[in-house]
Amino acid sequence: MAPVLQVTNLVKHFPVKTGSLKRSRDVVHAVDGVSFEINAGETLGLVGETGCGKSTLGRCVARLLDITAGQVVFDGRDISHLSARQMRPLRREIQVIFQDPYGSLNPKRRVGSIIGDPFAIHDVASGQDRKRRVQELMELVGLNPEHYNRFPAEFSGGQRQRIGVARALALKPKLVICDEPVSALDVSIQAQIVNLLSDLQAQLNLTYIFIAHDLSIVRHVSDRVALMYLGKMVELAPVEEIYEMPRHPYANALLSAVPVPDPATASERERIILVGDVPSPIHPPSGCRFHPRCPKAQPRCVTEDPALLPRLGDENAHVAACHFPVQNGENLSQARPSISEDNRIVEPDGLISSPGMDVPVGEGGTQ
Amino acid sequence: MSISSAAVDVGATGVGEVPQGPGEEHIQGRSTWQLAWARFKRDRAAIIALVIIVLIALCAIFAPLFADVTGHGVNQQFRQTGLSPDGIPYGPNSTFVFGTDDQGRDILVRIAYGARISLFVGVVVTLIVVAIGAVLGLAAGYLGGIVDTLIARLIDVVLSLPYLVFAVSLVSIGFLGGPGLPIIIFVIAVFSWAAIARVVRGQVLSIREKEYIEAARSLGASSWRIMFVDILPNVVAQLIVYASLLIPVVIIFEAGLSFLGLGIPPPTADWGQMIAESQQIYQQAWWFLVFPSLALLLTTLAFNIFGDGVRDALDPRLDRL
Repeated sequence: MAPVLQVTNLVKHFPVKTGSLKRSRDVVHAVDGVSFEINAGETLGLVGETGCGKSTLGRCVARLLDITAGQVVFDGRDISHLSARQMRPLRREIQVIFQDPYGSLNPKRRVGSIIGDPFAIHDVASGQDRKRRVQELMELVGLNPEHYNRFPAEFSGGQRQRIGVARALALKPKLVICDEPVSALDVSIQAQIVNLLSDLQAQLNLTYIFIAHDLSIVRHVSDRVALMYLGKMVELAPVEEIYEMPRHPYANALLSAVPVPDPATASERERIILVGDVPSPIHPPSGCRFHPRCPKAQPRCVTEDPALLPRLGDENAHVAACHFPVQNGENLSQARPSISEDNRIVEPDGLISSPGMDVPVGEGGTQ
Repeated sequence: MSISSAAVDVGATGVGEVPQGPGEEHIQGRSTWQLAWARFKRDRAAIIALVIIVLIALCAIFAPLFADVTGHGVNQQFRQTGLSPDGIPYGPNSTFVFGTDDQGRDILVRIAYGARISLFVGVVVTLIVVAIGAVLGLAAGYLGGIVDTLIARLIDVVLSLPYLVFAVSLVSIGFLGGPGLPIIIFVIAVFSWAAIARVVRGQVLSIREKEYIEAARSLGASSWRIMFVDILPNVVAQLIVYASLLIPVVIIFEAGLSFLGLGIPPPTADWGQMIAESQQIYQQAWWFLVFPSLALLLTTLAFNIFGDGVRDALDPRLDRL
């Protein structure tokens, strides 16, 4: 069966205007050569820190942004360079659920009209028919259909996100890009929305790209997980494999930072502390982009960009972009890089890392 | 907001049933306009101003009634009863409530007819100006690129043109038939849309970055639909505020042009033109200057206070809960 979505070497650069004449000199390498596929009915979790390009990737796939290079094939059709006008009919098939339930609903329009927008735009239903279908959708997502004439401001954050879900699912799309759909919500509400999305997926046979930075939610919803770092995909694997045997040192570091509910387990386990900050996406590091922060970095990592391949005898579905992948059971917290000082991020006190220098990853803000 | 409470409500109305009847009104959300009107009602000065505006509008609409009741036609000259033997107009008296002008015409009746011109120009020009300003501002702000550059430069050019020189030149070359209503409307519209367009453009530039605009694009909405269905409702409050404050400006602008003889030609009754004619004789006939000026003052003052009230009621900065 052909995949719903095939992305090949997707590149998105944003020009940065500098200088007095505002000529573009630099570019932000937001997404730099990403390839993946999604099959029908599947959920692909897309995780990474703030600024790693995961939202940009989602927006490129939905063609809300123009693509710098590469190819996006949706349902057998190349949509990489379709114009806004050519994309319009395809918007029925690809929908987006946005992160901010306060920003993604027009404050001056009534909820019924917001949810009815897809019907109006694609000329599917009007008048009483539209109203009936909108109210069915409101019921489907657990809203009171009598609230049809209310304004977004009269709903709570979780209810607003339900409105966003109803709007995205109105035309029964094939692919839904959930761009951090729960990260702006309270934890108790997050579970409701996540369960709603799962139920609807089963009911309507939806395919999701689920963008998030919360690793436990991604684990809960995803079939496969893709991990991004600085515009590159560093590991892509079935969900249990990436959580049980992550190959990329960055994946290991991220997972070691996931909070554990039990304090006894939490104090026992070894956390991998990464040094420094994410480098600027305007001038990304040579070779493997993770090498300045990687505890296992070798000279080869500075010069050669590792390909996304199955490593250490993994099956084809589990790929990682690392020359020196992490073995099962290997303790990374003691590893030290063997590359020259120039390529490392050295802390002010001269240490490469120290127990006090706590720079955890994976605990990003609400972005 | 939990699922369970929603489910209970759903159960109460029945699945898939369109709720009808009294329950629906209860759940109707209060719109910006309902909230604004609630605030406006509490503003006593604005309400008084609104009453005055309504009264002036009634005077304008029923101007012929003034003529009928007094028995004085608007352009009728009463050389026997309205002027003294040496041709000096009479002051306010029982026949001519506001006195007569230099040609023996009833000033009260002429003021009532003059209100027609002032209000007509004020309202019509404001509507034209707001429509042009909103469309060009939306296009410049949302479409960006070359459209924005062209419109933004055009705004700069219009705002730097000297309107009086422009108006005098147009009248003197007989544009749109020389002095008269068409040229007044044209000149004022040409000079007033730019300020509105600039304000709208600024608003649109910030609104277009909102996530709900991106959501509209992801739904496949056309630029046209985004501009008029998604963005316009978010700038319409500002538009109304500007429009209500623009009306008095336009009325004064019109009176000014007529005062200079560039506007409504005699004998049509017009406040600016009456004030101009009174200049020859106001030392003998103060009423000829004072009553048209008072009418102009009262009208513009009422519109200004009303506009302030509208702004206070609609100002989005006060719109936070």
